[in-house]
Amino acid sequence: MADTKRIKQSIYFWIFRAMSMMVVFILVAILYFIVSRGIGVINWDFLTKSPEEGMVKGGIFPAIVGTLVLIAGSLIFAFPVGVFSAIYLNEYMKKGKVKSFLQLMTNNLAGVPSVVFGLFGMALFVNKLKFGDSIIAGSLTLGLLVLPVIIRTTEEALKAVDDNYRLASYAMGASKLYTIKKVILPIALPDIITGLILSIGRVSGETAPILFTVAAYFLPKLPHSIFDQVMALPYHLYVLATSGTNIEKARPVAFGTALVLVMIVLFTNIIANVVRAYYNKKYKK
Amino acid sequence: MAQIETKDLNFYYGQAQALRNINIAMEKNSVTAFIGPSGCGKSTLLRLFNRMNDLIDGSRIEGSVMIDGADIYARNVNVEDLRKKVGMVFQKPNPFPKSIFENVAYGLRVNGISSRSEIEGIVEASLQSAALWSEVKDKLNKSALQLSGGQQQRLCIARALAVAPSILLMDEPASALDPISTSKIEELIFELKKQYTIVIVTHSMQQAARVSDRTAFFYMGVMVEFDDTTTIFTNPKEERTLNYVTGRFG
Ligand SMILES: Nc1ncnc2c1ncn2[C@@H]1O[C@H](COP(=O)(O)OP(=O)(O)O)[C@@H](O)[C@H]1O
Ligand SMILES: [Mg+2]
Repeated sequence: MADTKRIKQSIYFWIFRAMSMMVVFILVAILYFIVSRGIGVINWDFLTKSPEEGMVKGGIFPAIVGTLVLIAGSLIFAFPVGVFSAIYLNEYMKKGKVKSFLQLMTNNLAGVPSVVFGLFGMALFVNKLKFGDSIIAGSLTLGLLVLPVIIRTTEEALKAVDDNYRLASYAMGASKLYTIKKVILPIALPDIITGLILSIGRVSGETAPILFTVAAYFLPKLPHSIFDQVMALPYHLYVLATSGTNIEKARPVAFGTALVLVMIVLFTNIIANVVRAYYNKKYKK
Repeated sequence: MAQIETKDLNFYYGQAQALRNINIAMEKNSVTAFIGPSGCGKSTLLRLFNRMNDLIDGSRIEGSVMIDGADIYARNVNVEDLRKKVGMVFQKPNPFPKSIFENVAYGLRVNGISSRSEIEGIVEASLQSAALWSEVKDKLNKSALQLSGGQQQRLCIARALAVAPSILLMDEPASALDPISTSKIEELIFELKKQYTIVIVTHSMQQAARVSDRTAFFYMGVMVEFDDTTTIFTNPKEERTLNYVTGRFG
């Protein structure tokens, strides 16, 4: 009796363990797949030159710049809006129907397919507001896409701040705003940064939202203003893989592009994690 | 004139009445202990003195609370100013995850004091008053979370003292601490009453007997008896008080 119980325990233990190992395995497999095929084309020229000869030669510099610009542009918009609305939701709103409704809408927004964001961005920013295909239109569209991610992670981060800190601050005669600025936000910051990390990954990899709003098929120049178009890595990858003049010859370039994209995401994640760890450690021990 | 005085005070959480017709007066520089079984309304009453109950949705107060002769629930009262005058120490030590120095300086910064030397002086004085200075003077920039529970609680007392309150409210300040830390806090209360009016909630009758001048016994939202601490513990007028202090219930 006790034996069967123990066997059952250990079977489940191994199932849980196997599943979590599988995640690691999948990640490693993807990385291996991309690195092994893409590493060959990566060199200084690839990173710093424009595409040439039907995009099978040269580099992908404009697409790297475009993606970095879109990451920055979308987060400049989405980060403050997201953090401010999460502060309102968690610190100011009373529990009730209105709050539940807002949270439900945020969740729904997170579930909207990204291509729908693309269409919406095209209708609103490109056509209605007459920004045209541009960095600003693409950034705003991507910003909308990650807004719910930022709102939700920030809200969770604020919710995790022990209420005793709020009480201590209020009991010292601090106002709500002062308490938020000096006590709550610093404590929540590491977790808020996690939201930012997720957003960077999301923004840099999306193709659909930029397809109709900013991405250029081939544009060897760098942008001069926020009303210019740019190339972007995910779209460039898509083009190389599906519609180039010579898809077979473009394959190595495609994998090189994918590798650079993955590297950018990994790199920003590492930076964000370092910042996060710094704030986490600052006063805890 | 009493420094804290309530008149016909009733308090409700939504429909539930938590305090019934409380009339109590506490003198300046005295230590008053609130005792009674858990849930009888001690913390609720304490929170009314610095209006922390304002933060609880759906709560309602009737009657009045006067501090230094002024009704603190009057319309023109600035709650933030009130809380600077009426400090509070909580049951669970809750220093901010900041340095020891910044914890004590917090209330000063809230008050807009920015002179470094002034802040340093007050931080040191407050830590001295809280009997913590000698233990932390070499590590003021270390995280407050590194301190032991008892030190953290004394840091919270220092933090409260820094803004020069005249009243100190303490809600079971030693209930989460070991006996040695507890006796340090009790000695501290003894020192502090020279300068501050102290109201302390405690579940320990020995503690009430040791630190307080006057003791109020509460039962189910009613203040059953309020008298000199020695009287409450040796010769109470009410049967329920006697039963409680002799440990027959509660
Ligand atoms: N925030 C609150 N909301 C609703 N009811 C509360 C709240 N705080 C306390 N109460 C209730 O009020 C009564 C008195 O509680 P409290 O003042 O905490 O008692 P004590 O400190 O004497 O243990 C209890 O019945 C408790 O359940
Ligand atoms: Mg209590």
